[in-house]
Amino acid sequence: MKKLKILDIKKVQSLATARSIRLSEQTLDQKERANSFLKEVGDMSLFIKQIIKETFSRNFEFKEFLRQCYEIGNKSLSLIIIIGMIMGLVLTIQSRPAMVKFGAVTMLPGMVAVSIIREIGPIITALICAGKIGSGMGAELGSMKVTEQIDAMEVSATNPIRYLVVTRVLAATLMLPILVLFADAFGFLGSWIGVNIKGDVSLVLYIFRAFGSITFLDFFPALIKTFLFGAVIGIVGCYKGFTAGRGTESVGKAANAAVVLSSLLIIIVDMIAVQITDMWL
Amino acid sequence: MKNSQETSSDTISEEKITSETLIEITNLKKSFGKLEVLKDISLKLRNGENLVVLGKSGSGKSVLIKCIVRLLNPDGGTISMLGKNVCSIKGNELSELRKKIGFLFQSGALYDSMTVKENLEFPLRRIKRGLNEQKIDKKVIEVLENVGLSDVLDKMPSQLSGGMRKRISLARSIILDPVIMLYDEPTTGLDPVTSDEISELINSVQKKYKTSSIIITHDIACVRLTADRIIMLHEGYVYAEGKLSEFEKSEDPLIMSFFK
Repeated sequence: MKKLKILDIKKVQSLATARSIRLSEQTLDQKERANSFLKEVGDMSLFIKQIIKETFSRNFEFKEFLRQCYEIGNKSLSLIIIIGMIMGLVLTIQSRPAMVKFGAVTMLPGMVAVSIIREIGPIITALICAGKIGSGMGAELGSMKVTEQIDAMEVSATNPIRYLVVTRVLAATLMLPILVLFADAFGFLGSWIGVNIKGDVSLVLYIFRAFGSITFLDFFPALIKTFLFGAVIGIVGCYKGFTAGRGTESVGKAANAAVVLSSLLIIIVDMIAVQITDMWL
Repeated sequence: MKNSQETSSDTISEEKITSETLIEITNLKKSFGKLEVLKDISLKLRNGENLVVLGKSGSGKSVLIKCIVRLLNPDGGTISMLGKNVCSIKGNELSELRKKIGFLFQSGALYDSMTVKENLEFPLRRIKRGLNEQKIDKKVIEVLENVGLSDVLDKMPSQLSGGMRKRISLARSIILDPVIMLYDEPTTGLDPVTSDEISELINSVQKKYKTSSIIITHDIACVRLTADRIIMLHEGYVYAEGKLSEFEKSEDPLIMSFFK
């Protein structure tokens, strides 16, 4: 009996030791994660501070800024137009049965217009751009980092933040609202086509009904948040590229992280913007 | 040849930097986390010389050269370059100093999205803002001729061979007429013939532009062609310092493993 008791105590002791080791490992792991999260937040804040400082410094790289506007704006336009149009078409087709049920089919253009202007146009365009532009920035700057091109720029006394980052962030911030306007316009066109699948409404009447439901207060907050979405895409894409590791594997990781983080931040910014709009308007 | 004890940092730091000394590094230390890469490095680059820094892979050669231009911040010690303390300056002062340095990266580091011409014009347009198009074109052609490539102006870096990329990169480094050239493994990844051509080019740049150079390498053929003086790094310290002939005669097993 005695022997058994000793064995039991030893077993309990060893189980307790294993459990406490596991717990301390988990605690250390969580501490490490919290530290790396805080470090990331701190690094990104410093990066944003540098961007703001360089934006207002002398010798703005205007030519590179125009090139980036072309790259971001013109090269994303066709994709945005196609998706905007499909978005309007699908939204109209999906909403029609419910509107018919309430006998409010004549309000369909107005409802779709408000949805597109307030939410769907900005958020869908921003998420598409996060994928297309954000990943492009992350991969491009990441590969420049890996191949020492950013170091070469710094050594030749050219500020890489000014040349590479400020131009991209400003171009994304300015181009996104323009892309959203195109997405909205072609969303209306798609919606008009959708209305005409089971009805007969002229384009002029459709536009009259759609714009009759939109006020300045629908349009203005949506416009403001698209600037913020553009800034988020630019900053996150450049930050992830700039902080990429040294191996080629890190280029892919930077591109991926740029898309994931900017998409998440876009949704968060949108949520905050909606709350603010709801409080004030 | 001196060993690490004889070239003690105290002796170096006691001497004042004269115009004969362009770079003076004293007790330089650099770690990455717990890994101490540079433990105590002291060296001098004299005016007009080619100083070769030799060492095994991972001995901290590239870290050393990156500390010199402040691409990495040292943890301890001092670096004086052209009379300025590299470790304490920042902003415009650091930029002004960097304008006097040419840096040839191991990978060439040509800007992928630009043509050869745009790559060469890039530093000129930003640093020498007063230059007109004619002067810029003249300077671009001059440096291209100096590296023996004058017909690749409109090519993209991806269309160039490894040797051509190194030459263009060298042309970009010398376009601002630097006082000091820093070469990070200039012959790595090249065939022996092209390696020798690059080494000859390093010598011709030194003569033509009156530069002083630090050449980081473990390629003995390059060392034999370019070195006026050699410093060998080992485990974060200066292991040996001397002339090529002294290294070749050395009986030290580590030195012999490079030269014999």
